[in-house]
Amino acid sequence: MTPQEIYENLKDKFGESIVSFEEDIADPFITVAAESLADVAQYLAQDEALAFDFLMCLSGVDLGAKDPNYYVVYHLYSMPRRHKLVLKIVLPKEEDPHVSTVEHIWRTANWHERETYDLYGIIFDGHSDLRRILLPDDWEGYPMRKDYTEPEFYRGMRVPY
Amino acid sequence: MAAPQQDSKIIELKPFTDEMIVSMGPQHPSTHGVLRLELKLDGEVVRDAIPHIGYLHRCFEKHSENLNYQQIIPFTDRMDYIAAMNMNWGFCLAVEQLMAKEEGKFPGVPERGEYLRILIGELNRIGSHLLSFGTYGMDIGAFTPFLYAFRDREKILLLFEKICGARLTYNYIRVGGVSRDTPPEFMEEVKEFIDYFEPQIDVYNSLLTANRIFIERTANVAVMDAEMAINYGITGPNLRGAGLRWDLRKDEPYSIYDRFDFDVPVGRDIPEIGVVSGDCWNRYKVRMDEMKESVRIIRQILDSGLPDGPVQAELKAVRPPKGEIFSRSEAPRGELGFYIVSDGTPKPVRVKAKSPCFTALSALQELSRGLMVADIIAIIGSIDIVMGEVDR
Repeated sequence: MTPQEIYENLKDKFGESIVSFEEDIADPFITVAAESLADVAQYLAQDEALAFDFLMCLSGVDLGAKDPNYYVVYHLYSMPRRHKLVLKIVLPKEEDPHVSTVEHIWRTANWHERETYDLYGIIFDGHSDLRRILLPDDWEGYPMRKDYTEPEFYRGMRVPY
Repeated sequence: MAAPQQDSKIIELKPFTDEMIVSMGPQHPSTHGVLRLELKLDGEVVRDAIPHIGYLHRCFEKHSENLNYQQIIPFTDRMDYIAAMNMNWGFCLAVEQLMAKEEGKFPGVPERGEYLRILIGELNRIGSHLLSFGTYGMDIGAFTPFLYAFRDREKILLLFEKICGARLTYNYIRVGGVSRDTPPEFMEEVKEFIDYFEPQIDVYNSLLTANRIFIERTANVAVMDAEMAINYGITGPNLRGAGLRWDLRKDEPYSIYDRFDFDVPVGRDIPEIGVVSGDCWNRYKVRMDEMKESVRIIRQILDSGLPDGPVQAELKAVRPPKGEIFSRSEAPRGELGFYIVSDGTPKPVRVKAKSPCFTALSALQELSRGLMVADIIAIIGSIDIVMGEVDR
Protein backbone atom coordinates (compact mmCIF):
# COMPACT_ATOMS: atom_id res chain seq x y z
CA MET A 1 0.00 0.00 0.00
CA THR A 2 1.12 3.56 -0.60
CA PRO A 3 1.52 5.89 2.38
CA GLN A 4 -1.62 7.72 1.19
CA GLU A 5 -3.73 4.54 1.39
CA ILE A 6 -2.30 3.61 4.75
CA TYR A 7 -3.13 7.09 6.01
CA GLU A 8 -6.73 6.79 4.87
CA ASN A 9 -7.00 3.34 6.38
CA LEU A 10 -5.71 4.61 9.73
CA LYS A 11 -7.85 7.73 9.58
CA ASP A 12 -10.97 5.58 9.17
CA LYS A 13 -10.01 3.41 12.08
CA PHE A 14 -8.61 5.92 14.58
CA GLY A 15 -10.07 9.28 13.50
CA GLU A 16 -8.75 12.12 15.64
CA SER A 17 -5.71 10.19 16.88
CA ILE A 18 -4.12 10.44 13.44
CA VAL A 19 -3.05 14.05 13.47
CA SER A 20 -1.64 14.74 10.03
CA PHE A 21 -0.03 13.36 6.90
CA GLU A 22 3.00 15.03 5.34
CA GLU A 23 3.30 14.02 1.72
CA ASP A 24 5.54 16.54 -0.03
CA ILE A 25 8.75 15.24 1.46
CA ALA A 26 11.34 12.58 0.65
CA ASP A 27 9.85 10.09 3.10
CA PRO A 28 6.11 10.78 3.67
CA PHE A 29 5.17 10.45 7.33
CA ILE A 30 2.04 10.20 9.47
CA THR A 31 1.84 12.05 12.76
CA VAL A 32 0.06 10.16 15.51
CA ALA A 33 -1.15 11.48 18.88
CA ALA A 34 1.23 10.26 21.58
CA GLU A 35 -1.46 8.72 23.80
CA SER A 36 -2.81 6.41 21.07
CA LEU A 37 0.54 5.21 19.71
CA ALA A 38 0.32 1.77 21.32
CA ASP A 39 -3.09 1.08 19.77
CA VAL A 40 -2.07 2.30 16.34
CA ALA A 41 1.14 0.26 16.44
CA GLN A 42 -0.76 -2.84 17.54
CA TYR A 43 -3.17 -2.40 14.65
CA LEU A 44 -0.37 -1.82 12.15
CA ALA A 45 1.41 -4.98 13.24
CA GLN A 46 -1.62 -7.25 13.33
CA ASP A 47 -3.84 -6.14 10.47
CA GLU A 48 -3.58 -8.60 7.58
CA ALA A 49 -3.35 -5.99 4.87
CA LEU A 50 -0.80 -3.85 6.69
CA ALA A 51 1.33 -6.48 8.47
CA PHE A 52 4.12 -4.21 9.66
CA ASP A 53 6.25 -6.86 11.31
CA PHE A 54 9.61 -5.13 11.15
CA LEU A 55 10.62 -2.02 13.07
CA MET A 56 13.62 -0.80 11.09
CA CYS A 57 14.55 2.17 13.21
CA LEU A 58 13.36 4.22 16.15
CA SER A 59 14.91 7.63 16.65
CA GLY A 60 14.48 10.65 18.84
CA VAL A 61 14.77 14.03 17.16
CA ASP A 62 15.40 17.52 18.53
CA LEU A 63 15.35 20.23 15.90
CA GLY A 64 16.84 22.94 18.10
CA ALA A 65 15.69 26.01 20.02
CA LYS A 66 13.30 27.16 17.26
CA ASP A 67 11.14 24.07 17.61
CA PRO A 68 9.11 23.61 20.82
CA ASN A 69 8.84 19.84 20.41
CA TYR A 70 10.78 16.62 20.56
CA TYR A 71 9.91 13.95 18.05
CA VAL A 72 10.05 10.18 18.11
CA VAL A 73 10.20 8.64 14.65
CA TYR A 74 9.32 5.03 13.85
CA HIS A 75 10.42 3.51 10.55
CA LEU A 76 8.33 0.45 9.82
CA TYR A 77 8.56 -2.16 7.13
CA SER A 78 6.34 -5.06 6.20
CA MET A 79 8.22 -8.16 5.09
CA PRO A 80 5.17 -9.95 3.62
CA ARG A 81 3.62 -6.86 1.96
CA ARG A 82 6.88 -5.03 1.16
CA HIS A 83 5.70 -1.55 1.99
CA LYS A 84 7.05 0.96 4.46
CA LEU A 85 5.70 3.63 6.72
CA VAL A 86 7.06 6.43 8.86
CA LEU A 87 5.25 7.32 12.08
CA LYS A 88 5.96 10.45 14.07
CA ILE A 89 5.10 11.38 17.61
CA VAL A 90 5.23 15.01 18.74
CA LEU A 91 6.17 15.61 22.37
CA PRO A 92 6.22 19.17 23.78
CA LYS A 93 9.51 20.09 25.40
CA GLU A 94 7.85 21.96 28.27
CA GLU A 95 6.42 18.88 29.93
CA ASP A 96 8.28 15.67 30.65
CA PRO A 97 8.17 13.87 27.30
CA HIS A 98 6.20 10.66 27.69
CA VAL A 99 5.09 8.08 25.16
CA SER A 100 3.96 4.50 25.53
CA THR A 101 6.35 1.70 24.67
CA VAL A 102 6.02 -0.55 21.62
CA GLU A 103 8.35 -3.15 23.05
CA HIS A 104 5.56 -5.71 23.41
CA ILE A 105 4.88 -5.47 19.66
CA TRP A 106 8.43 -5.33 18.30
CA ARG A 107 11.00 -6.60 20.77
CA THR A 108 13.74 -4.71 18.98
CA ALA A 109 12.18 -1.54 20.39
CA ASN A 110 13.50 -2.50 23.82
CA TRP A 111 17.06 -1.33 23.13
CA HIS A 112 16.07 1.41 20.72
CA GLU A 113 13.82 2.97 23.34
CA ARG A 114 16.53 2.66 25.96
CA GLU A 115 18.88 4.50 23.63
CA THR A 116 16.35 7.25 22.97
CA TYR A 117 15.75 7.59 26.70
CA ASP A 118 19.48 7.67 27.33
CA LEU A 119 20.26 10.38 24.79
CA TYR A 120 17.00 12.42 24.68
CA GLY A 121 15.36 11.79 28.04
CA ILE A 122 12.12 10.64 26.46
CA ILE A 123 10.31 8.30 28.83
CA PHE A 124 8.64 5.22 27.40
CA ASP A 125 5.76 4.23 29.67
CA GLY A 126 5.43 0.51 30.27
CA HIS A 127 8.98 -0.31 29.17
CA SER A 128 10.29 -3.37 31.01
CA ASP A 129 13.81 -2.13 31.68
CA LEU A 130 14.18 1.58 31.01
CA ARG A 131 17.72 2.52 32.01
CA ARG A 132 20.70 4.09 30.32
CA ILE A 133 22.36 1.95 27.68
CA LEU A 134 25.28 3.81 26.08
CA LEU A 135 26.22 6.24 28.83
CA PRO A 136 27.24 5.38 32.39
CA ASP A 137 24.37 4.95 34.85
CA ASP A 138 25.30 8.06 36.82
CA TRP A 139 25.47 10.40 33.84
CA GLU A 140 23.52 13.61 34.24
CA GLY A 141 21.46 15.16 31.49
CA TYR A 142 20.57 13.98 28.00
CA PRO A 143 23.41 14.77 25.60
CA MET A 144 21.59 14.64 22.27
CA ARG A 145 19.28 17.48 23.28
CA LYS A 146 20.39 20.59 21.47
CA ASP A 147 20.43 22.66 24.67
CA TYR A 148 22.76 20.23 26.46
CA THR A 149 25.96 21.68 27.83
CA GLU A 150 28.93 19.47 28.63
CA PRO A 151 29.51 19.06 32.36
CA GLU A 152 32.68 20.60 33.72
CA PHE A 153 33.37 17.64 35.97
CA TYR A 154 32.63 13.94 35.81
CA ARG A 155 33.09 12.10 39.12
CA GLY A 156 35.42 14.82 40.33
CA MET A 157 37.58 14.72 37.22
CA ARG A 158 37.77 17.81 35.06
CA VAL A 159 36.59 17.15 31.52
CA PRO A 160 39.49 18.49 29.44
CA TYR A 161 37.49 20.13 26.63
CA MET B 1 38.30 -43.67 58.82
CA ALA B 2 36.88 -44.79 55.53
CA ALA B 3 34.61 -42.40 53.74
CA PRO B 4 30.92 -43.13 54.34
CA GLN B 5 29.62 -45.23 51.57
CA GLN B 6 27.44 -43.51 49.01
CA ASP B 7 23.86 -44.61 49.29
CA SER B 8 22.89 -45.52 45.77
CA LYS B 9 19.24 -44.77 46.54
CA ILE B 10 19.92 -41.10 47.12
CA ILE B 11 19.38 -39.28 43.89
CA GLU B 12 20.13 -35.63 43.65
CA LEU B 13 16.76 -34.16 42.80
CA LYS B 14 17.89 -30.56 42.69
CA PRO B 15 21.23 -30.47 40.93
CA PHE B 16 21.19 -26.68 40.80
CA THR B 17 23.39 -24.61 43.04
CA ASP B 18 23.04 -21.05 44.25
CA GLU B 19 22.98 -18.39 41.61
CA MET B 20 26.36 -16.90 40.90
CA ILE B 21 26.93 -13.65 39.06
CA VAL B 22 29.96 -13.57 36.80
CA SER B 23 31.07 -10.59 34.81
CA MET B 24 32.33 -11.68 31.42
CA GLY B 25 34.32 -8.92 29.75
CA PRO B 26 34.66 -6.01 29.00
CA GLN B 27 38.15 -7.27 28.21
CA HIS B 28 37.59 -10.77 26.96
CA PRO B 29 38.98 -12.25 23.73
CA SER B 30 35.70 -13.80 22.66
CA THR B 31 33.51 -10.72 23.07
CA HIS B 32 34.91 -9.19 19.86
CA GLY B 33 35.59 -5.83 21.39
CA VAL B 34 34.55 -4.34 24.68
CA LEU B 35 31.30 -6.00 25.63
CA ARG B 36 30.45 -6.88 29.20
CA LEU B 37 28.01 -9.67 29.91
CA GLU B 38 26.54 -10.00 33.35
CA LEU B 39 26.03 -13.74 33.58
CA LYS B 40 23.72 -15.18 36.19
CA LEU B 41 24.90 -18.74 36.48
CA ASP B 42 23.49 -21.83 38.04
CA GLY B 43 26.55 -24.02 37.90
CA GLU B 44 27.30 -24.11 34.20
CA VAL B 45 23.78 -23.17 33.16
CA VAL B 46 23.13 -19.58 32.16
CA ARG B 47 19.96 -18.31 33.80
CA ASP B 48 20.36 -14.84 32.37
CA ALA B 49 22.95 -12.96 30.34
CA ILE B 50 22.56 -9.19 30.47
CA PRO B 51 24.69 -7.29 27.96
CA HIS B 52 26.20 -4.00 29.09
CA ILE B 53 27.35 -1.88 26.18
CA GLY B 54 28.60 1.64 25.66
CA TYR B 55 32.31 1.13 26.32
CA LEU B 56 33.07 2.20 22.76
CA HIS B 57 30.55 5.03 22.54
CA ARG B 58 32.20 7.86 20.61
CA CYS B 59 29.16 10.10 20.12
CA PHE B 60 28.93 9.60 16.35
CA GLU B 61 25.45 11.09 16.21
CA LYS B 62 26.33 14.16 18.26
CA HIS B 63 29.49 14.77 16.24
CA SER B 64 27.53 14.51 13.00
CA GLU B 65 25.29 17.41 13.96
CA ASN B 66 28.30 19.71 14.03
CA LEU B 67 29.99 18.64 10.80
CA ASN B 68 29.45 19.00 7.06
CA TYR B 69 28.14 15.96 5.24
CA GLN B 70 31.56 15.32 3.70
CA GLN B 71 33.25 15.55 7.07
CA ILE B 72 30.99 12.86 8.55
CA ILE B 73 32.22 10.14 6.17
CA PRO B 74 35.48 9.46 8.09
CA PHE B 75 33.40 9.06 11.25
CA THR B 76 31.38 6.31 9.61
CA ASP B 77 34.66 4.44 9.02
CA ARG B 78 34.98 4.08 12.74
CA MET B 79 31.60 2.46 13.23
CA ASP B 80 32.09 -0.99 11.75
CA TYR B 81 35.84 -0.76 11.26
CA ILE B 82 35.94 -4.27 9.80
CA ALA B 83 33.77 -3.21 6.86
CA ALA B 84 34.50 0.50 6.68
CA MET B 85 33.89 0.70 2.93
CA ASN B 86 30.33 -0.47 3.38
CA MET B 87 29.82 2.08 6.16
CA ASN B 88 31.01 4.92 3.88
CA TRP B 89 28.76 3.60 1.19
CA GLY B 90 25.68 3.41 3.40
CA PHE B 91 26.06 7.01 4.51
CA CYS B 92 26.81 8.37 1.03
CA LEU B 93 23.80 6.50 -0.31
CA ALA B 94 21.53 8.22 2.19
CA VAL B 95 22.92 11.67 1.39
CA GLU B 96 22.65 11.02 -2.34
CA GLN B 97 19.06 9.85 -2.05
CA LEU B 98 18.16 12.96 -0.10
CA MET B 99 19.92 15.22 -2.60
CA ALA B 100 18.21 13.49 -5.53
CA LYS B 101 14.84 14.60 -4.17
CA GLU B 102 15.52 18.09 -5.43
CA GLU B 103 15.51 18.49 -9.19
CA GLY B 104 18.98 18.95 -10.68
CA LYS B 105 20.79 18.75 -7.37
CA PHE B 106 22.36 15.38 -7.88
CA PRO B 107 23.36 14.13 -11.34
CA GLY B 108 23.88 10.53 -10.24
CA VAL B 109 27.02 8.52 -9.62
CA PRO B 110 29.06 7.95 -12.82
CA GLU B 111 29.10 4.41 -14.16
CA ARG B 112 32.74 3.81 -13.32
CA GLY B 113 32.15 5.02 -9.78
CA GLU B 114 29.27 2.59 -9.31
CA TYR B 115 31.37 -0.33 -10.55
CA LEU B 116 34.22 0.62 -8.26
CA ARG B 117 31.84 0.89 -5.32
CA ILE B 118 30.53 -2.60 -5.90
CA LEU B 119 34.01 -4.03 -6.46
CA ILE B 120 35.32 -2.48 -3.25
CA GLY B 121 32.14 -3.20 -1.29
CA GLU B 122 32.22 -6.88 -2.16
CA LEU B 123 35.96 -7.17 -1.46
CA ASN B 124 35.28 -5.65 1.94
CA ARG B 125 32.44 -8.10 2.49
CA ILE B 126 34.86 -10.96 1.86
CA GLY B 127 37.38 -9.38 4.22
CA SER B 128 34.75 -8.95 6.90
CA HIS B 129 33.46 -12.51 6.59
CA LEU B 130 37.04 -13.80 6.66
CA LEU B 131 37.63 -12.09 9.97
CA SER B 132 34.36 -13.45 11.28
CA PHE B 133 35.29 -16.96 10.17
CA GLY B 134 38.79 -16.79 11.64
CA THR B 135 37.82 -15.40 15.02
CA TYR B 136 34.83 -17.71 15.30
CA GLY B 137 37.11 -20.68 14.90
CA MET B 138 39.44 -19.27 17.52
CA ASP B 139 36.58 -18.66 19.98
CA ILE B 140 35.50 -22.25 19.64
CA GLY B 141 39.02 -23.57 20.02
CA ALA B 142 40.44 -23.97 16.52
CA PHE B 143 43.47 -21.76 16.09
CA THR B 144 44.52 -22.66 12.55
CA PRO B 145 41.59 -21.11 10.62
CA PHE B 146 42.44 -17.77 12.20
CA LEU B 147 45.89 -17.78 10.58
CA TYR B 148 44.47 -18.77 7.20
CA ALA B 149 41.80 -16.06 7.40
CA PHE B 150 44.21 -13.31 8.36
CA ARG B 151 46.71 -14.33 5.72
CA ASP B 152 44.07 -13.89 3.03
CA ARG B 153 42.44 -10.81 4.55
CA GLU B 154 45.87 -9.20 4.42
CA LYS B 155 45.81 -9.51 0.62
CA ILE B 156 42.51 -7.58 0.52
CA LEU B 157 43.93 -4.92 2.82
CA LEU B 158 46.92 -4.53 0.53
CA LEU B 159 44.55 -3.99 -2.39
CA PHE B 160 42.69 -1.36 -0.37
CA GLU B 161 45.95 0.27 0.58
CA LYS B 162 46.79 0.58 -3.10
CA ILE B 163 43.49 2.15 -4.04
CA CYS B 164 42.98 4.56 -1.15
CA GLY B 165 46.11 4.58 0.98
CA ALA B 166 44.57 3.19 4.14
CA ARG B 167 44.22 -0.29 5.55
CA LEU B 168 41.39 0.07 8.01
CA THR B 169 39.59 3.41 7.86
CA TYR B 170 39.35 4.21 4.19
CA ASN B 171 37.18 7.29 3.63
CA TYR B 172 37.16 6.12 0.02
CA ILE B 173 33.53 6.25 -1.02
CA ARG B 174 32.35 9.86 -1.16
CA VAL B 175 29.09 11.57 -1.94
CA GLY B 176 28.80 11.34 -5.73
CA GLY B 177 31.28 8.55 -6.36
CA VAL B 178 34.62 7.44 -5.01
CA SER B 179 37.63 9.55 -4.05
CA ARG B 180 40.17 8.32 -6.60
CA ASP B 181 40.54 6.14 -9.63
CA THR B 182 42.30 2.79 -9.66
CA PRO B 183 46.09 2.75 -9.72
CA PRO B 184 47.72 1.06 -12.75
CA GLU B 185 47.56 -2.75 -12.80
CA PHE B 186 44.95 -2.71 -10.03
CA MET B 187 42.38 -4.83 -11.86
CA GLU B 188 45.03 -7.41 -12.72
CA GLU B 189 45.88 -7.68 -9.06
CA VAL B 190 42.22 -8.08 -8.14
CA LYS B 191 41.99 -10.88 -10.70
CA GLU B 192 45.10 -12.50 -9.29
CA PHE B 193 43.61 -12.36 -5.81
CA ILE B 194 40.22 -13.75 -6.89
CA ASP B 195 41.89 -16.58 -8.80
CA TYR B 196 43.87 -17.40 -5.70
CA PHE B 197 41.01 -16.90 -3.28
CA GLU B 198 38.18 -18.87 -4.86
CA PRO B 199 39.63 -22.35 -4.19
CA GLN B 200 40.63 -21.20 -0.70
CA ILE B 201 36.97 -21.11 0.39
CA ASP B 202 36.84 -24.88 0.03
CA VAL B 203 39.99 -25.13 2.12
CA TYR B 204 38.30 -23.14 4.89
CA ASN B 205 35.24 -25.33 4.66
CA SER B 206 37.31 -28.46 5.06
CA LEU B 207 39.22 -26.84 7.93
CA LEU B 208 36.29 -25.71 10.00
CA THR B 209 32.82 -26.02 8.49
CA ALA B 210 32.82 -29.78 8.25
CA ASN B 211 34.90 -30.31 11.37
CA ARG B 212 33.20 -32.73 13.74
CA ILE B 213 34.09 -30.79 16.90
CA PHE B 214 32.97 -27.53 15.36
CA ILE B 215 29.61 -29.00 14.36
CA GLU B 216 29.13 -30.42 17.85
CA ARG B 217 29.72 -27.01 19.34
CA THR B 218 27.44 -25.05 17.01
CA ALA B 219 24.72 -27.33 15.60
CA ASN B 220 21.29 -26.83 17.15
CA VAL B 221 22.63 -24.19 19.53
CA ALA B 222 20.62 -21.01 20.10
CA VAL B 223 18.07 -21.55 17.37
CA MET B 224 16.48 -18.33 16.18
CA ASP B 225 13.60 -18.72 13.75
CA ALA B 226 12.78 -16.13 11.11
CA GLU B 227 9.82 -14.75 13.04
CA MET B 228 11.89 -14.05 16.12
CA ALA B 229 14.66 -12.56 14.01
CA ILE B 230 12.27 -10.14 12.30
CA ASN B 231 10.66 -9.21 15.59
CA TYR B 232 14.09 -8.37 16.93
CA GLY B 233 14.89 -6.38 13.78
CA ILE B 234 17.74 -8.72 12.93
CA THR B 235 18.98 -8.65 9.36
CA GLY B 236 21.83 -9.82 7.20
CA PRO B 237 23.44 -13.25 7.55
CA ASN B 238 21.73 -13.76 10.93
CA LEU B 239 18.30 -13.47 9.33
CA ARG B 240 19.28 -15.50 6.28
CA GLY B 241 20.69 -18.17 8.57
CA ALA B 242 17.13 -18.56 9.85
CA GLY B 243 16.07 -19.59 6.36
CA LEU B 244 14.55 -16.37 5.05
CA ARG B 245 15.78 -15.31 1.63
CA TRP B 246 16.07 -11.58 2.27
CA ASP B 247 18.86 -9.47 0.92
CA LEU B 248 18.54 -5.78 0.10
CA ARG B 249 20.90 -6.23 -2.83
CA LYS B 250 18.23 -8.45 -4.38
CA ASP B 251 14.98 -7.29 -2.83
CA GLU B 252 15.47 -3.53 -2.94
CA PRO B 253 18.41 -3.19 -5.31
CA TYR B 254 20.43 -0.04 -4.78
CA SER B 255 23.43 1.12 -6.82
CA ILE B 256 23.64 -1.26 -9.82
CA TYR B 257 23.26 -4.58 -8.02
CA ASP B 258 20.33 -5.49 -10.27
CA ARG B 259 22.79 -5.97 -13.16
CA PHE B 260 24.69 -8.74 -11.44
CA ASP B 261 23.86 -12.38 -11.19
CA PHE B 262 24.25 -13.88 -7.74
CA ASP B 263 22.36 -16.06 -5.28
CA VAL B 264 21.30 -15.39 -1.73
CA PRO B 265 22.44 -18.26 0.49
CA VAL B 266 20.15 -19.21 3.36
CA GLY B 267 20.28 -21.59 6.29
CA ARG B 268 18.70 -25.02 6.06
CA ASP B 269 18.13 -28.19 8.06
CA ILE B 270 20.70 -30.95 7.59
CA PRO B 271 19.48 -33.86 9.72
CA GLU B 272 22.57 -36.04 9.03
CA ILE B 273 24.78 -33.76 11.10
CA GLY B 274 22.07 -32.41 13.40
CA VAL B 275 22.02 -28.90 11.98
CA VAL B 276 18.76 -26.97 12.05
CA SER B 277 17.88 -23.76 10.29
CA GLY B 278 18.60 -20.69 12.44
CA ASP B 279 21.26 -22.24 14.68
CA CYS B 280 24.83 -21.02 15.16
CA TRP B 281 26.18 -23.31 12.46
CA ASN B 282 23.79 -21.99 9.82
CA ARG B 283 24.51 -18.36 10.67
CA TYR B 284 28.18 -19.14 10.20
CA LYS B 285 27.64 -21.15 7.01
CA VAL B 286 25.69 -18.35 5.33
CA ARG B 287 28.78 -16.14 5.62
CA MET B 288 30.96 -18.80 4.05
CA ASP B 289 28.54 -19.13 1.13
CA GLU B 290 28.25 -15.38 0.77
CA MET B 291 31.97 -15.14 0.14
CA LYS B 292 31.46 -17.33 -2.91
CA GLU B 293 28.67 -15.06 -4.14
CA SER B 294 30.85 -12.00 -3.64
CA VAL B 295 33.54 -13.70 -5.70
CA ARG B 296 30.92 -14.28 -8.40
CA ILE B 297 30.00 -10.59 -8.46
CA ILE B 298 33.63 -9.53 -8.64
CA ARG B 299 34.25 -11.99 -11.48
CA GLN B 300 31.45 -10.38 -13.46
CA ILE B 301 33.07 -6.99 -12.98
CA LEU B 302 36.43 -8.42 -14.06
CA ASP B 303 34.86 -9.99 -17.15
CA SER B 304 33.06 -6.87 -18.28
CA GLY B 305 35.89 -4.55 -17.22
CA LEU B 306 35.40 -1.15 -15.63
CA PRO B 307 33.62 1.32 -17.92
CA ASP B 308 35.57 4.42 -18.87
CA GLY B 309 34.78 7.83 -17.54
CA PRO B 310 34.99 9.79 -14.31
CA VAL B 311 34.70 8.14 -10.91
CA GLN B 312 33.16 11.12 -9.17
CA ALA B 313 30.15 13.23 -10.12
CA GLU B 314 30.74 16.96 -10.34
CA LEU B 315 28.85 18.49 -7.48
CA LYS B 316 28.67 22.20 -6.76
CA ALA B 317 28.10 21.57 -3.09
CA VAL B 318 26.93 18.75 -0.89
CA ARG B 319 23.88 20.48 0.49
CA PRO B 320 20.74 18.30 0.53
CA PRO B 321 17.38 20.10 0.46
CA LYS B 322 15.17 20.45 3.50
CA GLY B 323 13.67 17.09 4.30
CA GLU B 324 14.44 13.75 5.80
CA ILE B 325 15.26 10.27 4.60
CA PHE B 326 15.78 6.80 5.94
CA SER B 327 18.03 4.78 3.70
CA ARG B 328 19.33 1.27 4.20
CA SER B 329 22.00 -0.76 2.54
CA GLU B 330 23.27 -4.30 2.91
CA ALA B 331 26.47 -4.19 4.95
CA PRO B 332 28.25 -7.48 5.71
CA ARG B 333 26.58 -7.65 9.13
CA GLY B 334 23.09 -6.74 8.02
CA GLU B 335 21.06 -3.74 7.07
CA LEU B 336 22.77 -0.50 7.84
CA GLY B 337 20.26 2.33 8.08
CA PHE B 338 20.84 6.06 8.16
CA TYR B 339 18.11 8.47 9.14
CA ILE B 340 19.08 11.98 8.12
CA VAL B 341 17.12 15.14 8.84
CA SER B 342 18.26 18.15 6.85
CA ASP B 343 17.18 21.78 7.12
CA GLY B 344 18.88 22.79 3.88
CA THR B 345 22.11 23.98 5.51
CA PRO B 346 25.48 22.28 4.92
CA LYS B 347 25.18 20.47 8.25
CA PRO B 348 22.56 17.87 9.11
CA VAL B 349 20.16 18.46 12.00
CA ARG B 350 20.04 14.81 12.95
CA VAL B 351 21.90 11.71 11.84
CA LYS B 352 20.81 8.43 13.30
CA ALA B 353 22.73 5.31 12.45
CA LYS B 354 20.74 2.12 12.77
CA SER B 355 23.33 -0.52 13.30
CA PRO B 356 22.66 -4.17 12.49
CA CYS B 357 24.95 -5.32 15.31
CA PHE B 358 23.02 -3.30 17.86
CA THR B 359 19.78 -5.13 17.13
CA ALA B 360 21.54 -8.50 16.84
CA LEU B 361 23.08 -8.06 20.26
CA SER B 362 19.72 -7.15 21.79
CA ALA B 363 18.54 -10.69 21.05
CA LEU B 364 21.46 -12.26 22.93
CA GLN B 365 19.68 -12.26 26.28
CA GLU B 366 16.78 -14.30 24.94
CA LEU B 367 18.99 -16.57 22.83
CA SER B 368 21.30 -17.55 25.65
CA ARG B 369 18.78 -18.28 28.40
CA GLY B 370 19.13 -21.84 29.68
CA LEU B 371 22.26 -22.68 27.71
CA MET B 372 25.78 -23.39 28.94
CA VAL B 373 28.50 -20.80 29.45
CA ALA B 374 30.48 -22.25 26.55
CA ASP B 375 27.46 -21.75 24.29
CA ILE B 376 27.52 -18.00 24.98
CA ILE B 377 30.88 -17.86 23.23
CA ALA B 378 29.42 -19.77 20.29
CA ILE B 379 26.46 -17.38 20.08
CA ILE B 380 28.49 -14.16 20.21
CA GLY B 381 30.76 -15.46 17.47
CA SER B 382 27.86 -16.58 15.31
CA ILE B 383 25.93 -13.28 15.41
CA ASP B 384 29.22 -11.61 14.44
CA ILE B 385 29.13 -8.27 16.22
CA VAL B 386 31.58 -5.41 16.00
CA MET B 387 31.35 -3.29 19.11
CA GLY B 388 32.38 -0.14 17.27
CA GLU B 389 29.10 -0.34 15.43
CA VAL B 390 26.99 -1.33 18.43
CA ASP B 391 28.09 1.69 20.45
CA ARG B 392 28.84 4.08 17.56
